[in-house]
Amino acid sequence: MNQAQVPVLSADSIPERDNPTVIMVRRLFQHRSAQLGMFILSILIICAVFARQIAPYDPIKQLADAKRREPPCIHLLGCAPEKTQHIMGVDGNSRDQFSRIIYGARLSLVVGISTVTFAILIGGLLGAMAGFLGGWLDDLIMRSLDVLMAFPSLLLAIAIVAVLGPGLINALLAIAIIEIPIFARVIRASVLSVKELDYVMASRAQGASELRVLFTRVLPNAVTPLIVQGTLGIASAILSAAALSFLGLGAEFPTPEWGLMLGEERNSVFNAPFLVFFPGLAIMLTVLSFNLIGDGLRDVLDPRLVHGG
Amino acid sequence: MAQFLVRRLFLILPVLVGILLVTFIITRLVPGDPCYVMLGEHATEESCRDFRARFGLDKSIPEQFLRYAVNIAHGDFGNSLKDRRPITVIISERLPMTIELTILAMLFASTFGIILGIISALNRNSFIDTLTMLGANIGVSMPIFWLGLLLAYFFALVLKGTPLQLPPSGRLSAGMSLVSLAKTWGIENPTGIKAFLLTLASNSAILNAILTQNWALLLDALKHLILPAIAVGTISLAVIARMTRSALLEVLGQDYIRTARAKGLRYALVIRKHALRNALIPIVTIIGIQTGGLLSGAVLTETIFSLPGVGSRMVEGILNRDYPVVQGFSVVIALIFVFTNLIVDASYAYLDPRVRVK
Repeated sequence: MNQAQVPVLSADSIPERDNPTVIMVRRLFQHRSAQLGMFILSILIICAVFARQIAPYDPIKQLADAKRREPPCIHLLGCAPEKTQHIMGVDGNSRDQFSRIIYGARLSLVVGISTVTFAILIGGLLGAMAGFLGGWLDDLIMRSLDVLMAFPSLLLAIAIVAVLGPGLINALLAIAIIEIPIFARVIRASVLSVKELDYVMASRAQGASELRVLFTRVLPNAVTPLIVQGTLGIASAILSAAALSFLGLGAEFPTPEWGLMLGEERNSVFNAPFLVFFPGLAIMLTVLSFNLIGDGLRDVLDPRLVHGG
Repeated sequence: MAQFLVRRLFLILPVLVGILLVTFIITRLVPGDPCYVMLGEHATEESCRDFRARFGLDKSIPEQFLRYAVNIAHGDFGNSLKDRRPITVIISERLPMTIELTILAMLFASTFGIILGIISALNRNSFIDTLTMLGANIGVSMPIFWLGLLLAYFFALVLKGTPLQLPPSGRLSAGMSLVSLAKTWGIENPTGIKAFLLTLASNSAILNAILTQNWALLLDALKHLILPAIAVGTISLAVIARMTRSALLEVLGQDYIRTARAKGLRYALVIRKHALRNALIPIVTIIGIQTGGLLSGAVLTETIFSLPGVGSRMVEGILNRDYPVVQGFSVVIALIFVFTNLIVDASYAYLDPRVRVK
């Protein structure tokens, strides 16, 4: 009688269980709208990193030989070869718009990421304390943040800039402040559910201090919702920063900031529409990319939508 | 229901105090001595002492706050630094424009948002659905000021000479003007709240046109508001469409929908009576939440379309360091926002009896 063949188990033959992060990233790459978002974002990152190599001109220097508000001239599309090529035209200060748009990507990404990082740090800390410690501190923190949410966000940002004075840094600070309550709420809700779990109790039983429990047991397990909210927060921060710059309360001349570029040329929309079209398109695509990725992340991280491992 | 409203009104009190506190602190944080900010750099020590005594700035901070709160409760927001006019009067002139714009934008956003959301949900995963939702994503990502400029370019320049041409800026066409209702109705020298309400109604172009039955004026005012309302409302439209779609999809999966279909009701009737009504609560909530966004959007849009509303005046106030204006306007806008949220809460307590019991 033949013996049934018993598979020999060795360390190599056991399929390795994938790390949840790896699974998540793989799902994200299969998500259709996230794919589109990541595609746009990677173009932006390339523009931001290699701005110096991609941009044909200095974004700030005025060109001596260019006519102000000259429409786009692309040689491939039949623009006369003796004319200088300006893919997106020349702006009202004789600067090459294409170069300014490329450099603007750098600023826009920095703006979005830095404000959200700041808001997450402050809001996350406040929310974590409120949720973890509870009691009167919880009430005090959350009710104060409710008051901040009683103002329409952009108007609050405008009022804060009014106090601090116009300027890019102050505008960023204002935007970070208006985003704090959102992150505080998200983290608080998630800390509230995590802090009741068994492993947190186990850690306490082992004699860990409250701070240690909060930072090593609770917070690392409570940050997932922040990933989605943070991505969407970057989108709204970029939009708000552009709006403040557009109103003349953010970035100042001659910074290549898309909102400011739009604001500077808004009166030439009828005679040089390309000066309004391209900066706006750049803002829209950037914000769209983060919104699409945020949507994808929400689908991927939502436990209700995850079917098995 | 009444009990619910009373409880909800009480909950607003701390928020109101908070709003006053924030606006008070904001003006306290302004760098520099308020005396020199208000009277100019060459003010003498003596005139500054007078100034501080007159505005109570020599009192303690809590006393000052109390005075500020009491003044606002009496409807006194102080005077603009620029033209010395009372801020209450400026608000009564500027607010109607912003409210008209916000309401029109809200109507536009909710009508089309709900329709698109329903179409999308009923044709789930079809080409129309994908297209609508991609459109909604683009709508959410659209800078309002860019959209406003593009609309102005398209409807004022590209469509010039066609019946679809729309004015790109201003409140009324040249030659059109708003009449004072007090004069029309022969009310002489109104004071107090009556004067405030009369100015408010006179400055609302739509209300004014209806009250004086001036239909040409009404048409002109509406024409000037279409593009700004679309610009302000687009983001909300996209948000409402997405919310309607997901709320409706969730309801359509419920057992009672299957039951309704199984007992032979027509599909359209099931959608209207069973599905939509139950999907309405999250939709109403999101519409309420959007009001804040619309008010913010109105600020941007007013500057693009040169409309004389609250937002454009507030930006002007900031650039001129006219703090009382910024302060007064912030309080008024926050109040509108808070009370809109109250109305939203009340409306879903009406729609969903469970909320009342909680």
